Amino acid sequence: MSNASEKSQGAGLVPAEKLIFEQTTPGACAVSLPVADVPPADLRKVIPQELLAEAPPPLPEIGEQDLVRHYTRLAHRLFSVDGNFYPLGSCTMKYNPKVNERVAALPGFTGLHPLQPEADSQGILELLYQLRYFLAEIAGLAEATLQPCAGAHGEMTGVMIINAYHRSRGEDRPKVLTPDTAHGTNPATCTVCGRFAISVASRPDGRVDLDDLRKKVDEQTAALMITNPNTAGLFDPQIADIAEILHAKGALLYLDGANMNAILGIARPGDFGVDVMHYNTHKTFSTPHGCGGPGAGPVAVREGLQEFLPGPQVVRREDGTYGWAWPGPRSIGRVRSFYGQIGVLIRAYAYIRALGPEGLRQVSEKAVLSANYLAARLREHYRFPFAPPYAHEFIMVPEFREHGVTELDVAKRLIDFAIHPPTMSWPVAHCLMIEPTETESLRTLDGFAETMIRIAEEARTTPEILHHAPHTMPVERLDEVTAARKPDLCWRESTEPAEAADNT
Amino acid sequence: MQYTQLTDADVRHMLDTIGVRDIGELFRDIPPSARLDRPLCLPAPLTEMELLADLNRLAGNNTSVDDAVCFLGGGMYDHFIPTVVDALASQSEFVTAYTPYQAEASQGALQAFYEYQTLICMLTGMEVSNASLYEGATAAAEAVLMARAITGRRGVVVSSAVHPHTREVLATYLKELPIDIVVVETLDGRIRPEGLRQAVNDQTAAVLIQTPNVFGCLESLDQFSAIAHGAGAIVIASVDPISCVLLKRPGDLGADIVVGDAQPLGIPMSYGGPSCGFMACREQFMRKMPGRLVGATRDRAGRRAFCLTLQTREQHIRRERATSNICTNQGLLALRVAIYLSAMGRRGLAQVASMCLDKAHYAAQKLSDLSGFELRFQAPFFKEFVVRTTKGVDRVLAHCRSRGIQAGVPLAPWYEDLADSFLVAVTEKRTRAEIDAWAKALSEV
Repeated sequence: MSNASEKSQGAGLVPAEKLIFEQTTPGACAVSLPVADVPPADLRKVIPQELLAEAPPPLPEIGEQDLVRHYTRLAHRLFSVDGNFYPLGSCTMKYNPKVNERVAALPGFTGLHPLQPEADSQGILELLYQLRYFLAEIAGLAEATLQPCAGAHGEMTGVMIINAYHRSRGEDRPKVLTPDTAHGTNPATCTVCGRFAISVASRPDGRVDLDDLRKKVDEQTAALMITNPNTAGLFDPQIADIAEILHAKGALLYLDGANMNAILGIARPGDFGVDVMHYNTHKTFSTPHGCGGPGAGPVAVREGLQEFLPGPQVVRREDGTYGWAWPGPRSIGRVRSFYGQIGVLIRAYAYIRALGPEGLRQVSEKAVLSANYLAARLREHYRFPFAPPYAHEFIMVPEFREHGVTELDVAKRLIDFAIHPPTMSWPVAHCLMIEPTETESLRTLDGFAETMIRIAEEARTTPEILHHAPHTMPVERLDEVTAARKPDLCWRESTEPAEAADNT
Repeated sequence: MQYTQLTDADVRHMLDTIGVRDIGELFRDIPPSARLDRPLCLPAPLTEMELLADLNRLAGNNTSVDDAVCFLGGGMYDHFIPTVVDALASQSEFVTAYTPYQAEASQGALQAFYEYQTLICMLTGMEVSNASLYEGATAAAEAVLMARAITGRRGVVVSSAVHPHTREVLATYLKELPIDIVVVETLDGRIRPEGLRQAVNDQTAAVLIQTPNVFGCLESLDQFSAIAHGAGAIVIASVDPISCVLLKRPGDLGADIVVGDAQPLGIPMSYGGPSCGFMACREQFMRKMPGRLVGATRDRAGRRAFCLTLQTREQHIRRERATSNICTNQGLLALRVAIYLSAMGRRGLAQVASMCLDKAHYAAQKLSDLSGFELRFQAPFFKEFVVRTTKGVDRVLAHCRSRGIQAGVPLAPWYEDLADSFLVAVTEKRTRAEIDAWAKALSEV
């Protein structure tokens, strides 16, 4: 870990990089294409004049080496799990094994067309069939669909399944409950699924307030969407009671699987009353986050809800071959083209196969151990609103208000030490949400703890260093207000080039 | 295998620091009734060598485009991907970073997405693009939700020649919302102005048109835009991004929102995903657009810098008042698209588009020499067309398959009245020899 202090050291390594449009050289091209081997079509004859473009759009023109430099320089202006400790709470930024990248890139997977015959796709179908089983087993539920594209897409699929279930019983239940600590996607999902989100209060100890829950659950309630362990990093021991309260009114329990990394092989959602859940493969099963995606959001359901799953579903036939089964009349239908984020699901399969049952359990044990260790090392220096033990992440509050230092200042200062800031200001005001994951070494955890202690000291003694942090990046804090007020979302010829205002 | 690095001694030290005897104590909030009292029933762990053997076996038990010549399309295409795209997009900083929330430490990703947005605007002829959505079908569904939010109306008109997966996804998304879908039927592979005119009314929020459509036929987007706008509806065009360099861009033909699947732009097919959906719109609708947006601004020292912006549209701020629950973009794939478009450039992509058009027309021309095969529709097409046969679609495709050729996609599962037809896609990758072999295989049936 670098001991960088105030002054930029990176200018030479990561200079300002012009936009690709500012590097264009007419006539340059990074690709060579074969000469035509068929007679050219008579364009004016085969395409109506009114549909023909006069000229191709003004895409940039650049040679291969300059193209490589451009994107390599951009890569260097980016914190990543491979380069930096990344304790971003709720996001499970664990190590992404290299072997998974290698297997997902095998031409026998990447070169498959989704509409090629099943007989030509037996290997990938077998993989998907097995993964479907693995995910159901880890969830303690009956069946899983691999179709959803991301966690939020999985939530949407899950709520649609819940709606379809109630409708099949002749009921339309308009309300979905979400704890006040829920991810923002939960209430947004309710709305796009035509439901009303109703917030359930948490107790001062961070757990669901059962009295408030009892008050709000009725025959109009479709489900409660819960995250357990919750976003404050706390397992809710009342989970069985929560399930019972819902089930007594005919409502279902939905689990947001964002925090599955805390309970793999230790507790299964299906065993503690969950009816429907989604996974985030990019959190729990180490598929890379890719600057925002692609992820995958498989959904698992309890016995009795399988018929509502989206289709098609991968199946094993009596003759031992694999194929796609088309969904029945009660299925919610299709939630995307084709079958799912296959390239991502291959990585999840490889991860589960590599670790096996004991390895998965150790993932959660060491994730929880690492979080509790960091909390123990920091408890004298920051305020902890909730009592330990914590799950795979924890919340703490920097209390330096009298020095004018906010959680944002602390987070930005971490960047100077080559550490990615934790999640901020949510679900408790002014907090930092820290999730180390199981893959970090003790040396990295200790380095982080010492850095956090040093920053706490700086907050008291030299707060101005924090106000102006980070000091070591290619850019300083941004004018985000102007960015939103006068949005510039697309480069135009008239856009001012970088160096015009570059006064460094 | 294990990807953890903590040794037994580390674990002991950590437990002592925490002040507990064993790791089990850290799980005391989980009541015994909720615990799993046995190991998960999963296969035993594998070493790296064993894992590679297993995955090589599974990959080897498929027939890829390297093993059989691919004339399959229908939403996903075997286009050429320059090596430089794989090399640059697999740089581990791009692969292992998260959503660029921390702008100072994420300028690389933010600049790449700003460039992606600009490239999509150039290609579609629109003013604003988001930083990508899941894939083409969900992008179209999100566009319909967006049009509903813009107009406050409750109907959507969809051509029956919009890809069936897109229409199915739309039906799934709209099932829970008070929006009616009206389908306009086609004649000779395309919708007709009179059909559209009858379908739109003052409650039509949007008209969704795909061009080239699922049959490969080009629709008269300009005419349809005029009809839709006459009724005050939003025009959503779903397009093949490669066609946009040869054909007039949807933005120049009246579209208000342009969506599509960016898979042709440097993304491997990977059995259908992951892909990348694009969405661009006119500036006036910017604040109703779902998904991440990257904007250019200045840092405190006045340098150009990039950040996520207009976040008050998004779910983490709006929560239940949001009109989309989309959380992130398809970052790494949007990056691939940006690299691909920059590598190809203006001339390279135009050449790719011309090659697709020439080769597809060369292949279609071949049909005139074959008895029992004909072009199903007479409408103009770009790289994909429908073949009708009297010889039985399954038999034809099985025979070609035995000759090492995936000759087309049968249309029976999608359109009952096209049970005698299959869909053929010809990309720039197909050589004259391969096309001749395809025609020869057809002639042998």
